[in-house]
Amino acid sequence: MSYILEERKKQIARVGGTVKDIDCGKVSLAGSVSQRACVFCGSRVVLYPVADALHIIHGPIGCASYTWDIRGSLSSGPELHRLSFSTDLREKDVVFGGAEKLRQSLDELIDRHKPKAAFVYSTCIVGVIGDDVESVCAQMEQEKGIPVIPVQAPGFQGSKKDGYKIACEAIFKLVGTLDKPTPKYSINILGDFNLAGELWILLEYYKKMGIHVNASITGDGRVDDIRNAHNASLNVVQCSGSMIHLAKMMKEKYDVPFLRVSYFGIEDMSDALYDVAKFFKSEELMDAARKLVREEIGRLIPALVPYKEALSGKRAAIYVGGAFKAISLVKALRLIGMKTVVIGSQTGDKDDYKMIQELCDDDTIIVDDSNPVELSAFVKETKADLFIGGVKERPIAYKIGLGFCDHNHERKEPLAGYDGMLNFAKEVYATCMSPVWKFVK
Amino acid sequence: MQTSTIKKPTYVSSRNACKLCAPLGASLVFKGIEGCIPMIHGSQGCATYIRRYMISHYKEPMDIASSNFSEESTIYGGNRNFVQSIDNIRKQYSPKVMGIASTCLSETIGEDIPALIAEYKDKNQDDTDLPLFVHAATPSYQGTHMDGFHEAVLGAVKSLAEEGEKEMRINLFSGFISPADIRGLKEMMKDFGVKYTLFPDYSESLDNPCWKDYHLIPEGGTPIEEIRAMGKAAGTIEFGTVLNKGSLVGRILNKNGCVSAGEWLQNNFFIENHNMIMPVGIEATDRFMMTMESLTGTKMPEKYILQRGRLVDAYIDSHKYVFGKKAMVYGEEDLVIALCSFLAEIGITPAIIASGGESGILKKELISRSLIDPEKTMIMAGADFESMREMAQEIRPDILIGNSKGYYIARELGVPLVRVGFPVHDRVGGPRIKHLCYEGTQELFDRIVNALLEYKQEHSPVGYKYM
Repeated sequence: MSYILEERKKQIARVGGTVKDIDCGKVSLAGSVSQRACVFCGSRVVLYPVADALHIIHGPIGCASYTWDIRGSLSSGPELHRLSFSTDLREKDVVFGGAEKLRQSLDELIDRHKPKAAFVYSTCIVGVIGDDVESVCAQMEQEKGIPVIPVQAPGFQGSKKDGYKIACEAIFKLVGTLDKPTPKYSINILGDFNLAGELWILLEYYKKMGIHVNASITGDGRVDDIRNAHNASLNVVQCSGSMIHLAKMMKEKYDVPFLRVSYFGIEDMSDALYDVAKFFKSEELMDAARKLVREEIGRLIPALVPYKEALSGKRAAIYVGGAFKAISLVKALRLIGMKTVVIGSQTGDKDDYKMIQELCDDDTIIVDDSNPVELSAFVKETKADLFIGGVKERPIAYKIGLGFCDHNHERKEPLAGYDGMLNFAKEVYATCMSPVWKFVK
Repeated sequence: MQTSTIKKPTYVSSRNACKLCAPLGASLVFKGIEGCIPMIHGSQGCATYIRRYMISHYKEPMDIASSNFSEESTIYGGNRNFVQSIDNIRKQYSPKVMGIASTCLSETIGEDIPALIAEYKDKNQDDTDLPLFVHAATPSYQGTHMDGFHEAVLGAVKSLAEEGEKEMRINLFSGFISPADIRGLKEMMKDFGVKYTLFPDYSESLDNPCWKDYHLIPEGGTPIEEIRAMGKAAGTIEFGTVLNKGSLVGRILNKNGCVSAGEWLQNNFFIENHNMIMPVGIEATDRFMMTMESLTGTKMPEKYILQRGRLVDAYIDSHKYVFGKKAMVYGEEDLVIALCSFLAEIGITPAIIASGGESGILKKELISRSLIDPEKTMIMAGADFESMREMAQEIRPDILIGNSKGYYIARELGVPLVRVGFPVHDRVGGPRIKHLCYEGTQELFDRIVNALLEYKQEHSPVGYKYM
């Protein structure tokens, strides 16, 4: 029988049960074996897809090695983001300071790669040893004539979510530094990272509606687009956990309004298009959106039928990074006849969990910042057939004979948009219907 | 042809590192102790990144705890987190052993882990279920994952091995090898009919069958009793000649403070240490077998005579397909040394030998053991993948032999990559790749030959069906 730590009990609830208000937004409990990463990770994953920027990690080598080419974020042009640069600090640097090594590294790398900007991530020990990263960045910025932005992300200073915020602040430093003419209906896409080319699917939809995407932050991202981002009329924010802070800052300073969307599943995807049309108060856009949705759904619904027939009644467990994505997944699963029995996230907030309480069926287990001990017990107890999660959840599922769908940032199949929904159904079908399970059941 | 030199990195920065940080190596070793849960004393991300990186290779559950430093622990010390973390791990996992690795953060702020362990034991002295503690100092600014690995091996032996009356028993420190290789070595020990301790043994814990229920601590790992018994062995065999010497690089203190576990047993318990390169290829395996024979007094079993014979036969059958080919070999120093020893036997020139390790003895090891022709080889110590890529564009190797991370170079050059070692992130079966002894070499040899044959066939205008 697995053990749920006393301190963690408030972070677990059951829909329809006594706990109404799930505890969340806390630092992970020491020794709980949280599935979360750290502040640095949060900043790194958000900024990573900016393809024409130099990303250099100032610290010992591990953090750079583990984040080399880590996301399946595609670029339609430069691929500088896929290289892993580090100052690779050693003991002598720790003792005598690493600032000079950082300066030399920036100097040689900017000369070699001619990036449009540089992000300098400092990891755990940089603050502790007192390197003046800010002044090195300022000096290099002046010498090289490109923005050199410090991203102070020591792993211990909060959680992954704090890293998102730090990344938003780094991006915000770029916003407003370039003015280019932008068309009438122009939006920024915030919080899509172009995993497996998902952004390109969305661009196609918006293009069909007659909407111009000004900057995509950060999927297939470009420094100059970000610098000009304040000239868009609207920020459309997905994965709100990571990007809402940027949207709020842009609202405050540049008066760019924002709305929250999700691109997973039919309902949410369609709402994302309708809401944008609604914002511009244009019948023309709305008609285009309706037409697009009608066509796409007309294609998609019949295509989903065989999957739904096969999967109806099956039970799914969801444990992902952001709660907003989890919510979309519940709806997407319903579309193919599946019921969610466990749902959790690393970084959900009160509102997210409230929404989940309202959305999910009774007895669904809701969990914040979970771990292998709990997750393995929950999927067993609820007799889940499928687990949706990331790399760290996959072996938990497979080891005890559950199907698994990868919704993590390394995946190679797009799951956003209408085509993404079909891919999702196919993947869930493939894992649930595989004959291999007969050997473990 | 250029003369052999140690290629000094021309960049100050690291560009696509060919190394990982020390706590990863230590965590791996802790996975090779029965009933052990690894804990990393530092930020949450260290444990999570390492878990993710290892899961992508081993495809196994990888529960590694973190003491989850906060700003407060960084300023005032991590002892509260340390205690809380151990308490919580014990409540959830009831481990028999706690394997604790430090990080750059905890080392920089001066955490004294042995003292923290002693304090914890002291406070809980009435507790009869108290786990054993093993610890490794693994600041990631010192050396690579290999230094962390060997530091943890040493740490476990230091804290667990007990001196006793000598018996017919062999210690085998097999180094960072695949679970399949470990299984092969265990089988061989059995075939020799000798009592042994192989450490670390993650052959099961990182390559388990399916379960009905989730096992919080996977089966497998070297039993504690066997690690204790290492102090009674008649001899130690230690694979790898570089071991943890890379941790000395960049150190400003304790320049002499580096012994391997085998050396430590020899110094403290007078157990003769037989240090040798990893047995890849015939000659290196012969050396290992001869040592086994002399330690056990048993002749090499018939099975291995046959395996050796078949390997020689295979070498001959395929020698023309590989002779004169140029390879780029990269990875951990001890792995590339072993691979070079093997490649020398089959007539492949390791035109580029690269490692992220910086022991400073890679070149000396290769030359003093006559594993390479210095005239035909470029040795890159402390190399990163971008430097290797630049060198490869110049030297144009016919084949790459190394881990998955060099794939982009192979792709750019349009030549095959034979995946060995760790990590293999872009294929399945990484843990099942064999490299060692006659049988492992056989598999590796066939893979190299077939990769070259496939390349030739695919680039041929004729779709031939015979070679």
